[in-house]
Amino acid sequence: MPTDEIKDIAIAEQQLARNGQQRQYVNELTTLNLGPTHPATHGIFQNVLQMDGERIISGVQTIGYIHRAFEKIAERRPFYQITTLTDRMNYCSSPINNMGWWMTVEKLLGVTVPKRAEYIRVIMMELARIADHLICNSILGVDTGAFTGFLYVFQKREEIYEIYEEMCGARLTTNMGRIGGMERDLSPVAIQKIRAFLKSFPPVMREFESLFNRNRIFMDRVVNVGGITAERALNYGFTGPNLRAAGVDYDVRVMNPYSSYHDFEFDIPVGYNGDTYDRYMVRNGEIWESLKIIEQAMENLPEGPYHADAPEYYLPPKQEVYRNMEALIYHFKIVMGEIDAPVGEVYHAVEGGNGELGFYLVSDGGRTPYRLKFRRPCYIFYQAFPEMVQGSTLSDAIVMMSSLNVIAGELDA
Amino acid sequence: MSDIQVANVPKIEMPEGIQGEGFFATQFDKVVGMARANSLWPLPFATSCCGIEFMATMAPHYDLARFGSERPSFSPRQADMLMVMGTIAKKMGPIVKQVYLQMAEPRWVIAVGACACSGGIFDTYSVLQGIDRIIPVDVYVPGCPPRPEQILDGVMQLQEITRNESIRRRNLPEYQALMESYAIQ
Amino acid sequence: MITNQEIVDDLVGKFGGDLIFNPVENYGLLNVETTADHILAAMKYLYEHPRFKFQFLTDLAGIHFPDAKGKELGVIYHLHSLENNVRLIIKLYVPIENPVVPTLVNQFACANWMEREAYDFFGFDFEGHPNLIRILNVEEMDYFPMRKEYPLEDATRKDKIDELFGR
Repeated sequence: MPTDEIKDIAIAEQQLARNGQQRQYVNELTTLNLGPTHPATHGIFQNVLQMDGERIISGVQTIGYIHRAFEKIAERRPFYQITTLTDRMNYCSSPINNMGWWMTVEKLLGVTVPKRAEYIRVIMMELARIADHLICNSILGVDTGAFTGFLYVFQKREEIYEIYEEMCGARLTTNMGRIGGMERDLSPVAIQKIRAFLKSFPPVMREFESLFNRNRIFMDRVVNVGGITAERALNYGFTGPNLRAAGVDYDVRVMNPYSSYHDFEFDIPVGYNGDTYDRYMVRNGEIWESLKIIEQAMENLPEGPYHADAPEYYLPPKQEVYRNMEALIYHFKIVMGEIDAPVGEVYHAVEGGNGELGFYLVSDGGRTPYRLKFRRPCYIFYQAFPEMVQGSTLSDAIVMMSSLNVIAGELDA
Repeated sequence: MSDIQVANVPKIEMPEGIQGEGFFATQFDKVVGMARANSLWPLPFATSCCGIEFMATMAPHYDLARFGSERPSFSPRQADMLMVMGTIAKKMGPIVKQVYLQMAEPRWVIAVGACACSGGIFDTYSVLQGIDRIIPVDVYVPGCPPRPEQILDGVMQLQEITRNESIRRRNLPEYQALMESYAIQ
Repeated sequence: MITNQEIVDDLVGKFGGDLIFNPVENYGLLNVETTADHILAAMKYLYEHPRFKFQFLTDLAGIHFPDAKGKELGVIYHLHSLENNVRLIIKLYVPIENPVVPTLVNQFACANWMEREAYDFFGFDFEGHPNLIRILNVEEMDYFPMRKEYPLEDATRKDKIDELFGR
């Protein structure tokens, strides 16, 4: 046997001994290929597991099956075309990625966003966060065999999609927002749909929770499965719900507030020992907190413009383009990409559905970035999966992978 | 249960044939085509964003199950149609081909989304510019991502193809020439 | 509250101005530059500092400046001190003929894949990394795609004519 297998077996034996178990088979180790296409992997990534009977000894990961070279593409596209790339990273909550990118660009260009636009952005981001967590938790239910929750919850996601459609026209890959604000105001239809959602969603969420939270079978499958301590989680660069489930209350919205998040009152749900049940409960808690934020934003929505007064970056309205010479010139310059950005480097992070989503933008003064690095939370915390899964059974590994909410688009980018 | 009235539900059309007291005679082709078309079991090969729209298609609002795709099978041997949804990178290409080879005849392929049809917005060194470079595709559903209605339209197009296809298309010379061009036995 | 000036003064006071240089504040974030030989010591110092406690590695990015002779490839480390809510960026540049950088895996477990990605895209040689192979690209790839000399599109494709696509 190669030496790393022996080392892994020794570690796994220690782990098994801690749980009071012993190795079952002396000479045989099975290799199980989990992925890249597997009904329970959310997205395509491969784990080659070495197993001793039912217990996993070690896992070797292979990712990159959906590597689309976003960072290289970004060096070719002007700033307003990069949102289409950010959409497709964490595609379950695209508005958050979009707004994060716009905020990075606004930081570089020095554009201030008016309050109303910031509040609208907050509403869209929180709806996206709800959508993301709903997918994660309902698919966690499907992976444990409970299909019903998925069906209830996806009906609500259709309502969120309808709100996105009112705002930007698309359901999933939204490309929402513009430099300095939003592309259109919250229409009366959108406001009515958001209010209807706020009223109709809590009973459905409560029903979903009643199916799972104190369900004996679900709890037996997820409690004490895949735990990680806070120190190891921080060392592995965990952020987002996975880190908060381990007990560390790090939330970018609170630590480095952006887009008027300091105006809102919300709690940060935190777990105890970072196991799958804690991650599930933290995500549920965050859904409730997001609902609170949306309610506060809708109540206190300020009047005012929905975009900044930045004619070099924000497309003028079409009527002006046909009548006004300046507007025509700005329109031409923006679309043909003759507006140059200042030279500089900026890093901006937002709280994405899975953690701190960061954009490190290096601009050399041209119309496209010189270098754009996406700090993708899924890529960073997925490294910890072999350590978390050692010593557990295959069914535990599936549930753990599902609860980490690894989204392949964000993993490979 | 017999007094439930369901108005205007389009029923599956009966093929032409001779009907009599207690028997119905038609062409074997048509019956087999009807059976195949109305029970296409998909293999959801969901890689990225189009996969989420597929999940929305399976959800009760758009409901793929009423087209006969009640059981999405993740095992290639038991699936009829391979729905490739999402970007296929060059690293993933051999795996798509392997899954396709493991499927038993009759098998059809739907390429859902711009990335599966032609590479989509990702004209890069790492993305396969369309899955029809490695496997034969029957239906292309463009969109980024396509709305669930479009995916359903794609499935309905496939149903049209399936209904009118000959039973043993693998013996047709065109089909064999197509397989040759992809180096598939 | 820890100010950026305090961090600069502390670092320069401890290591000297020739090992920690070029302090710049970009939109409120402090950037300092160091050398490849010194990065491990600097990271360890910042990790164990009783007041600063930069114990979270947010990101590790590679960058390629083809015009800066002798310092073409750069590694950019993003550090975060969660207790004090301060961020810090440390950069180092290495020549493209010999891009050797010591690995941070022993201190931050998350540096494992971050360094593999930097290797995959730019070709750094992280000394001491347990498993420095390609992670996102195909294993058989023999060039480092994010370097500026390589195009975005697949160079071997025959169907898409560049003139028609405006390239």
